[in-house]
Amino acid sequence: MHELSLMENVVATLRASAAENRIKKITRIQLVVGKLTMAVPEALQFAFEVFKEEDLFKSAVLEIKEEPVRGECKECQHAFEIKDYEFLCPSCSSPQVKLVGGRELYIDFYEGD
Amino acid sequence: MVKVRLAAPVLQQNEEVARENRTFFQKHGIFVLNLMSSPGSGKTSTLERTIEHLAGSLKLGVIEGDIYTTRDAERIEAYGVPVVQINTAGACHLDARMIRPALEDFDFGGLDLLIIENVGNLVCPAEFDLGEDARAVVLSVAEGNDKPLKYPLIFRQAQVVLINKIDLLPYTDCDLSLLEKDIRAINPDLEIFRISARENTGFSPWLSWLKEQVKIKKQKA
Repeated sequence: MHELSLMENVVATLRASAAENRIKKITRIQLVVGKLTMAVPEALQFAFEVFKEEDLFKSAVLEIKEEPVRGECKECQHAFEIKDYEFLCPSCSSPQVKLVGGRELYIDFYEGD
Repeated sequence: MVKVRLAAPVLQQNEEVARENRTFFQKHGIFVLNLMSSPGSGKTSTLERTIEHLAGSLKLGVIEGDIYTTRDAERIEAYGVPVVQINTAGACHLDARMIRPALEDFDFGGLDLLIIENVGNLVCPAEFDLGEDARAVVLSVAEGNDKPLKYPLIFRQAQVVLINKIDLLPYTDCDLSLLEKDIRAINPDLEIFRISARENTGFSPWLSWLKEQVKIKKQKA
């Protein structure tokens, strides 16, 4: 369960940014999570609950946007969604596939007062 | 209401420390391997055999990651190599910050190779860069064929897979060719070695690969 570690990092980043922007209460957080990170959205939500006692996060809603795993073939440049972790180009069957999506793990934005 | 666009990577801090670790290893010309697997795959036994084989040819150090115990570190210490234990106190993986204090405990002068044995887990360690040069996954045939497809990230992030417990093959339902096909579908560039740590077989190609990496790293330093 690395969701708690991930959430600790999210919370630390938000604390620092909120202090910089003089925000006392965060109301909404948008987190972007690629499917290949293997981070489970429900577990991230559950981990976030741990920090809800803090005034800054008390009324915050955590929204998680999941991104699919996407690849681009190095041989024929075909761009496609990778299903079932088969990193083979569906167009030319080449295994030389560059990963272009699915590893995202970032705070897109947050809102607060 | 204020909206703040951050686009801040969650693991930015870890990646910064990992970069510092990498610079440290680069300066010392040490090849660093992050050894990962699920619990019970034979990670420590594989490490023990590797140490035995490399004795006399390479100077090796070990960092042992474990949730609470020092059992693995004690096993490694018996081989007379410097070993530092890191207890993660519940965390299911090592991160770059945990590695840094351990670096002060080593005498890095003359060390060729540092192996970091990660906490037994196929999910979380894959996400955290430690500043290593390469990642190896130990996967035993007793775990079943479905592991690569269930935990693709760790195989995508690794350079080597050591398929261990080959001696148990007749007693399992593991289909080796299917297993290797699945691994290659996730990452066609992976080096795959079949070994048995228990019977001490199949280690030669793996050791050659390791020695080659150490040589390349030394030349770059």
